[in-house]
Amino acid sequence: MTKLTRRSFSALTLAAGAAAAFPARAADPLKVGFIYVGPVGDFGWSYQHDQGRLAIEQELGDRVKTSFVESVPEGADADRVITQLARSGHKLIFTTSFGYMEPTNKVAKNFPDVMFEHATGYMRADNVATYAARFYEGRYVAGILAGRLSKTNKIGYIGSIPIPEVIRGINAFTHSARKINPAIEVTPIWVNEWYNPGKEADAAKALIDQGADIILQHTDSPAPVQTAEERGVLCVGQASNMERFGPTAHMTAIVDHWAPYYVERTKAVLDGTWTSGDVWGGFNSGMVEMSPYNKNLPEAVVAEAKAAEQAIHDGKLHPFSGPIKNQAGEVAIADGATAPDGELLGMNWYVEGVNGKVPG
Amino acid sequence: MDILAPILISIIAASTPLLFAAIGELVVEKSGVLNLGVEGMMLGGAVIAFIISVETGNSALAIVAGAAMGAMMAGLFAVLTLGLLANQVATGLALTLFGIGLSALLGQGYVGTPLTALPKLNIPGLTDIPVLGPVVFGQDVLVYLSFVVTGLVAWFLYRTRAGLVLRSVGENPHAAHAIGFPVIRIRLFAVLFGGAMAGLGGAYLSLSYTPMWAEEMSAGRGWIALALVVFATWRPGRVVLGAYLFGGLTLAQLHLQGMGSSAIPSQFLNMVPYIATIVVLVLISRDATRIRMNAPASIGKVFHPDG
Repeated sequence: MTKLTRRSFSALTLAAGAAAAFPARAADPLKVGFIYVGPVGDFGWSYQHDQGRLAIEQELGDRVKTSFVESVPEGADADRVITQLARSGHKLIFTTSFGYMEPTNKVAKNFPDVMFEHATGYMRADNVATYAARFYEGRYVAGILAGRLSKTNKIGYIGSIPIPEVIRGINAFTHSARKINPAIEVTPIWVNEWYNPGKEADAAKALIDQGADIILQHTDSPAPVQTAEERGVLCVGQASNMERFGPTAHMTAIVDHWAPYYVERTKAVLDGTWTSGDVWGGFNSGMVEMSPYNKNLPEAVVAEAKAAEQAIHDGKLHPFSGPIKNQAGEVAIADGATAPDGELLGMNWYVEGVNGKVPG
Repeated sequence: MDILAPILISIIAASTPLLFAAIGELVVEKSGVLNLGVEGMMLGGAVIAFIISVETGNSALAIVAGAAMGAMMAGLFAVLTLGLLANQVATGLALTLFGIGLSALLGQGYVGTPLTALPKLNIPGLTDIPVLGPVVFGQDVLVYLSFVVTGLVAWFLYRTRAGLVLRSVGENPHAAHAIGFPVIRIRLFAVLFGGAMAGLGGAYLSLSYTPMWAEEMSAGRGWIALALVVFATWRPGRVVLGAYLFGGLTLAQLHLQGMGSSAIPSQFLNMVPYIATIVVLVLISRDATRIRMNAPASIGKVFHPDG
């Protein structure tokens, strides 16, 4: 493993360039590159992608060599970093944030023999595949816990950036909670960042001060969990199991589990069977998992959540099966219908029970 | 009002790290040195304070270690800029990048380790006063320290001879040198003090505000502190005002969103603390002559006794 920062990266590129002047041997390991939007130590989104990278190293050993560049802002910087990864001999590159979509596709055009995997995007090419996880399935399960356990009927939801991915999560959660308890109201607060522990904690405090007794988050640090613990309310962790930050508050977490996909795709490149495509996996693909439920939760509630997990896994339950009303009270998804993926991917409206308007 | 006290407590929590970092940088700049490494020193202080607290369980030691780490990093800056006459802007930027990397490296084994927050020090009798009691007298030791430090800095700069000397070094180091003041040594102390304060700001982040270590957890607060010093026109009182205004508006916009004021887009509300703080500070200090009087004349310029 080599750990790189953007700053030390140019030096390494030079060295790699020199190495590339000599013909590669057949036994050379496959170089797999990763670019992360946050620091690997965020204990959230980027951390989980890095766990996937480590899984590749562990499974495939000498056959691969991985490297990563962390904290790369979305935009022009990403363009440069991806180009450098491609130039320095990486044959498979995972770009792990939505905002890397255009840079990835741009660079991919210039490097037709390099394979790219872009997370959560929709632009594909012969050498650009996309993958994402159906986190909303986990949010639906979290909604069951909230529907059963909220006493104030007010739930606070810390949003990062108002893109369909996040709005879909809010909707799946709200719909599920209100199926159990129609009095539930969900209030989102947008911090407009993926990662800012202090601000996330402040948002949690504001929501709790306004009466929320359960806190959901779609931001990457464990700060909201910590705040929930301190204030004695319940919460759901994001991306990784954050239980140790709130041993009594943390009901469960919606865990991103990229390892199986990453290993599979790397093997495909090694075997020469890699093709572009689009994977959107849920519970059934192993990409989304619920971390162990808190011991203090009532058994019946946990059983109900687990049953929903299983039903979604088996395809018997779809989180967006109608009737689902929008904020105006109109039926947006009809009784008996389920929202098609296309609609989910572009979701920019709230279901009934969410306070406020979608920003933007 | 039950809700008022917790909100005010949150505001103080959001403002304290800014106040520490900004008041330290103010002293540095008053001595004529511009250290852009505040963000890096905060992170250094945050990670060391966290590590010491986890390993020893002694929060007093952790706080001291955080300040010491900030001062050590500032010492490095001092060696380069005061000793070797390196460019202050470039060195300060490098210090921030160095701090980000170093703190990530040191903290590698501590990501995901929980920590109990610093205890609140209640003052018997005073803490029981409604609203004001828990807000002013129910804080942890670092918040009290931030009050004390700010007062001391204001007193030192404007009421003591040593403060006058420090300011004169910032105005005209050559004149100060000619009269016989040790310019380099005075600047060194100022820089070390600034580093220690940035370290304390960092320690507050990782011990109290969000008691954990996460890479780049300062999330730009060092840069906000730097801006506060300029917009506060190098006046300690205005630094306090700026820091609390910024913290208060950050909390206010989150509450506004929570109350469902959807008429204003959340992206705009997120901008408000930045804009409003700048506007207020610019308005109260729009007298150009007075700004020139407050701004240290030699800021950022390399000083060499023979030059």
